[in-house]
Amino acid sequence: MDLNYSPEELAFRDEVRGWLAKNLPRELKEKVENYEHLSKEDLLRWHRILADKGWVAPAWPKEWGGTGWNVVQRYLFEEELGYAGGPPLIPFGLSMCAPVLLQFGSDAQKKRFLPRIFRGEDFWCQGYSEPGSGSDLASLKTKAVRQGDHYVVNGQKIWTTLAHYADWIFCLVRTDSGEKRQEGISFLLIDMKTPGITIRPLILMDGAHEVNEVFFDDVKVPAENLVHQEGKGWTVAKYLLGYERMNTGRIGASKRELEKLKDFSKNMSDIRFRDRLSRLEVELMALEITNLRFLDRMRRTGQPPSADVSMLKIKGTEIQQGLTELAFDAMDPTASDEFSVALRKRYLSMRKTTIYAGSNEIQRNIISKMTLGL
Amino acid sequence: MNFDYSEEQQLLADSLRRYLQAQYSFEQRKKVLDGSPGAWAKFAEMGLLALPLSPDYGGFGGGAVDLMGVMEAFGEALVVEPYLATVIASRLVQRTGSAAQKSALLPAVAEGKLKMAFAHTEAAARYDLGAVKCAARKSGDHWVIEGEKKSVQLADKLVVSARTPKGVALFLADPVKGEPRRSLDGFAEADLVFSGTKAEALEGGLAEIEEATDFATALVCAEAVGAMKFSCDATLEYLKTRKQFGVPIGTFQALQHRIVDMYIAHEQAKSMACLACSKMDSAENAKERARAISAAKIKIADAARQVSQEAVQLHGGMGMSEEMKVSHAFRRLTVLSRQFGDADHHLARFAAL
Repeated sequence: MDLNYSPEELAFRDEVRGWLAKNLPRELKEKVENYEHLSKEDLLRWHRILADKGWVAPAWPKEWGGTGWNVVQRYLFEEELGYAGGPPLIPFGLSMCAPVLLQFGSDAQKKRFLPRIFRGEDFWCQGYSEPGSGSDLASLKTKAVRQGDHYVVNGQKIWTTLAHYADWIFCLVRTDSGEKRQEGISFLLIDMKTPGITIRPLILMDGAHEVNEVFFDDVKVPAENLVHQEGKGWTVAKYLLGYERMNTGRIGASKRELEKLKDFSKNMSDIRFRDRLSRLEVELMALEITNLRFLDRMRRTGQPPSADVSMLKIKGTEIQQGLTELAFDAMDPTASDEFSVALRKRYLSMRKTTIYAGSNEIQRNIISKMTLGL
Repeated sequence: MNFDYSEEQQLLADSLRRYLQAQYSFEQRKKVLDGSPGAWAKFAEMGLLALPLSPDYGGFGGGAVDLMGVMEAFGEALVVEPYLATVIASRLVQRTGSAAQKSALLPAVAEGKLKMAFAHTEAAARYDLGAVKCAARKSGDHWVIEGEKKSVQLADKLVVSARTPKGVALFLADPVKGEPRRSLDGFAEADLVFSGTKAEALEGGLAEIEEATDFATALVCAEAVGAMKFSCDATLEYLKTRKQFGVPIGTFQALQHRIVDMYIAHEQAKSMACLACSKMDSAENAKERARAISAAKIKIADAARQVSQEAVQLHGGMGMSEEMKVSHAFRRLTVLSRQFGDADHHLARFAAL
């Protein structure tokens, strides 16, 4: 047992850290650190800098632009990105749609979409949740009816993150209303410019426009945009759940937030505050080592991480919320400077983390079923 | 980076676990508590007592990581032998004794012929390692100790801390008579009153006591991980078999989420025990070591409370029963969560480092 990184791993980390120090634009870093709004241009600018370096999609196969790094290197890279204060890489194309196409897509689909995702030419969003189908996703009702060489889609998606930036949306749609509801679901790629699509903003409690409702009204989608077979959409969605998402804990970003919080709260003499901060720091240490243990196991067994990811999601989001809550509590209640205003909004906004991407209660259901066999 | 035990470490832990399952079951453990001989001779035969000692004195030169698997197995079986006490005291002799003292004691410890304990904690000292009122004075060619030590496990030879004009120092002494009792979690112990008790000086003080306590804390973390593993596994089994309202109670989401949280706490505790043991062996200075140990103990103290309390709760009335091992795991985890410092103590220490 040796919890230290090898000299090769440390050299790799230093290479990434050094490159980030030179290439992460200061304006972007400052926006992230000050919790400012990131525009579509901001997100794409960072995406393209990484694409030019060849580091935007490390997990992809090399022939499509992947780096060939092992799981530990990929983890280190993602941790460094977060720690440096880089804008988030929007996952919908790079780490959701692309893995699905790589696993289930036709050659034509791969050739058409993957290079554009890599270069940031298409901005993707995810059409999963519906007004009546949140945690119970398989109850979704958005309908796709085959008519000749295309599908006609009718229905509504909700909580669609960055749909207002998106060129494309990948959707789970119902192609069959038979008894086994999972078997009637298909995975469709839809061009957001298609007539019949309407986007309506949903403003969240921090005032930000991040999520949307997306309405489909007789939207014609070419049948060639079906991924895998008709009725196999649930298999595709489940594959994505088990896909290697080893940065679910966002440890690099939380480390940066912890350092900032320590500095921000250094004048707090309250012993109760100090203990809350220490407990959170210990939680973050425990999460990091747990994450490394899972990585080490993956590297040795070659097994995908399965329900382990759920544990990382639960603890990672609890820590992100905890850090924000402590920073909020450390803030002078009367402060009205720009950072304090942003921090208040941040506190409101961070409540989403334990809800999105499968609420933490759903994650507990997954562990209960998959790991514990209940 | 590598979280595996070495092949040797794994083999030892596996064979110890097999032995404990066969020969130290919950029923057999009860007999030990009632006075039957324990497993000491077997532990010696397996090399567990020699493990942390130097090869110069019949040992294997093992560190905290080498003992980690052993302590996890002890935690799962709720072993009630003075193993940790002997490890702490014999390690102190190894680090602070003269060649003659080491030759006289350590081979006997390794062979299982000598149980040892560290008589250190005093009334009201709580977790303050420097709060030593016992006094030692020179009398001719030897030392004499006066004062009282609390909750010392029964042993054949003691390392005793006592105050001298130069500060806290360490001594070797024969055990004095005390009223034997069982601790909350079943260990044989007594309060000891030293009154003109003859002692030999060792070459160590507070720094050595701190190092020994950090080492012991790392081991206690590993032991707690084992006891938590037992508690989680037993509770999961109970949820799958106990039926109410015509179905296994494990089908109820209110209980599913609680046992999931127990498992998460156990996994995190295990991670922190890995950190504690590996930093114990590899830290470059006392501060780095202490920071890792305190962080681990904070997490493990919290997790031990959570897992032990939830295990009892999810077992319902059965969890309260003396006849169920889970109630004994509750006692052990309750003690372990405070041993060598509770979460509050380590939070203060962590923040000060």
